[in-house]
Amino acid sequence: MQLTALKGTVLACSLAFSGATLADSPSAEMLSNTCFGCHGPNGNSVGPAIPSIAGMAETYLVDVMNQYKEGARGSTIMTRIAKGYSAEEIESMSAWFASQKYAPATQMADAGKAKAGAKLHDKYCDKCHSEAGTLADDEAGFLAGQWTPYLKASLTDVMAGTRDVPKKMTKALDKAKKKGGDDAIDQLLHFYASYK
Amino acid sequence: MSNINRRKFMQLTGGAVAAAGAVGFSGFAIGGASKKVVIVGGGTAGATAAKYIRMADSSIDVTVIEPNQHYYTCYMSNEVIGGDRKLETIKFSYDGLKGHGVKVVHDMVTGIDANARTVSTKGGQKFSYDRCIVAPGIDFKYDTIEGYDETVAEKIPHAWKAGDQTKLLRSQLTAMKDGGTVIVAPPPNPFRCPPGPYERVCQIAHYLKHNKPKSKILVLDAKDAFSKQGLFTAGWKKHYGYGTDNSMIEWVNAAGGGRVSAVDAGSMSVTGEVEDFTGDVINVIPAQKAGKIAFTAGLTNDKGWCPIEGKTFESTIHKNIHVVGDAAVASPLPKSGYAANSEAKVCAAAVVAMLNGKPAPQPSYVNTCYSIITPNDGISVAMVYNYADGKINKVKGSGGLTPGYDKTTMEMRAREVGYAYSWYDNITRDIFS
Ligand SMILES: Cc1cc2nc3c(=O)[nH]c(=O)nc-3n(C[C@H](O)[C@H](O)[C@H](O)COP(=O)(O)OP(=O)(O)OC[C@H]3O[C@@H](n4cnc5c(N)ncnc54)[C@H](O)[C@@H]3O)c2cc1C
Ligand code: HEC
Ligand code: HEC
Repeated sequence: MQLTALKGTVLACSLAFSGATLADSPSAEMLSNTCFGCHGPNGNSVGPAIPSIAGMAETYLVDVMNQYKEGARGSTIMTRIAKGYSAEEIESMSAWFASQKYAPATQMADAGKAKAGAKLHDKYCDKCHSEAGTLADDEAGFLAGQWTPYLKASLTDVMAGTRDVPKKMTKALDKAKKKGGDDAIDQLLHFYASYK
Repeated sequence: MSNINRRKFMQLTGGAVAAAGAVGFSGFAIGGASKKVVIVGGGTAGATAAKYIRMADSSIDVTVIEPNQHYYTCYMSNEVIGGDRKLETIKFSYDGLKGHGVKVVHDMVTGIDANARTVSTKGGQKFSYDRCIVAPGIDFKYDTIEGYDETVAEKIPHAWKAGDQTKLLRSQLTAMKDGGTVIVAPPPNPFRCPPGPYERVCQIAHYLKHNKPKSKILVLDAKDAFSKQGLFTAGWKKHYGYGTDNSMIEWVNAAGGGRVSAVDAGSMSVTGEVEDFTGDVINVIPAQKAGKIAFTAGLTNDKGWCPIEGKTFESTIHKNIHVVGDAAVASPLPKSGYAANSEAKVCAAAVVAMLNGKPAPQPSYVNTCYSIITPNDGISVAMVYNYADGKINKVKGSGGLTPGYDKTTMEMRAREVGYAYSWYDNITRDIFS
């Protein structure tokens, strides 16, 4: 706990210094703006596939970047990117993106499927992904308003066992599939895409 | 106070008159220091720098001088050539920059006076600056290929600057008969977008395979090796029979006589070191150098590129002039759109700091280049860079290539195509909105 408190102060300092810059470390903003080319200005992706990262919880972002860095979370490219940063730099960027506001994406969705998906979500997923999966504090990524191809890729990896999520989530997915049949995943994705 | 007055004055007069008037007003700054930036070229690097300077400090007066009303990105132009994308989708206007308070003047810069700190244009305008950012991209060394020049490029396109040239090469491919030969001649190093010519070969092959399957592509290369070579040749094998008797693609390297030394538009033939070749469509990409204005302004080294300081992108030849994008020597960063965008942000932060009497901040840079082999098979190369020991360095352990087919799945390859489109939409948003 002491350690976390200490980290907090270091971060606050580096943020306050972002204009003036500490000796040899790039400011949080300088580090973060290199990600915009893929994740969109301020981390809100205009799609159609790379996820938005603006407004996610700082702890989640740190965790995810470290998973990528260590190769613990499968990716097409993020492992190659994350390996370029020190622990301090990852914390600094994570704090910066966490301070941005998430702008959920507007996507096409089938109303019928979205309705079925909403039911599945409330029953099986809402516990851990509240407010349709837009609450940063849940530290579980964003669901509603996140780009569908990315969510689909994440779920494919979860089901293939190449992406670590809580066992309870895997169980929840199984239950949702039992309930909604082969279309369950598709329905959930339409629900998240329909979010306004 | 003087800044506000000047801005009001500009609003009243508007357009070119105000811009020209800016020279007379540079001495008007009585209160604070004058903060005026003139950017030469509104491409990837120039437009990014303009936006990021204005976002960081709206008291800085930023003028972009660019001859074209619209910008066509070279990135994704290979997809236009292959037919999967319309030219309109790679076209951008300068309205977004104007929304950030950037003054956009459509004119061609013909001179930069580093001592007087003025920029002059073909249209007879003159602009004074405190700091100038030069981002003219590339020009071609036409003299390295006998018989090739800007006029011949109307028949034998290079399509290495997007727009009309892209359209021309596309229309030649659609007009070609099935069974025709397309010659693609990639340039020697260093050049804009190292994987670009080979992605183009994929895109043309993709078009021919589905529309004119009896046709061939002959790659006449000025080099013996190229970017992402293992991934590209494996892709050619997988999708286009490369290496078999039936291959759609044949690659002749420099050692094998691939270097093209002359073209003849009349007979549609090119001269290699060993033999001549004829093609129904010929795409010659000549050797490259920094854009012409960089030479006029005396910003180039003996190799034809602009040496810079990696923390600020200030020219090591002329003070108060910065060079970003393809024209600069920013190695190990490659000449790519992602790199140009990243360099421009570093340069913008440095310019803002310096105009405010502060030291330039510590930089960080990233590059990624996606290449699309087929609509379901994408690859990438990426790298993170830092600034240490007075230069730009690759961060050890970071970056690298997409794994080969034996170490990844087609599902992952297909994801990379979707992510490539995302990269495109996001970076163009970052530059032009
Ligand atoms: C086929 C192809 C595919 C590519 N694919 C990719 C890719 O997938 N990813 C990637 O990252 N990069 C890619 N690139 C590379 C990318 O396009 C360039 O690296 C990038 O455009 C460089 O930006 P720049 O600002 O230096 O030059 P440019 O974008 O060319 O901009 C230069 C601007 O300066 C203007 N200008 C020139 N002279 C003057 C003057 N005297 N006065 C005023 N204005 C002037 C020009 O009109 C132009 O608008 C590709 C390139 C090609 C050719
Ligand atoms: C070349 C494009 C590219 C760049 C540059 C890039 N990313 Fe990513 N990012 C992706 C892609 C694609 C994914 C999806 C995972 C994958 O396949 O790699 C992703 C996923 C992520 C995720 C996971 C989001 C979630 O919902 O869990 C985070 C966090 C992230 N990136 C952070 C960053 C940060 C921070 C930077 C800058 C240092 C960055 N990325 C730079 C392309 C990029
Ligand atoms: C027990 C809690 C829990 C339940 C129940 C749960 N999840 Fe999750 N989920 C998580 C956590 C925690 C993560 C983040 C894992 C990580 O760190 O990568 C996550 C991640 C995800 C992701 C990846 C997000 C991204 O950005 O890549 C998706 C998609 C997802 N969950 C969907 C669902 C769906 C759909 C359900 C219901 C069927 C569900 N989850 C139920 C806890 C849960």
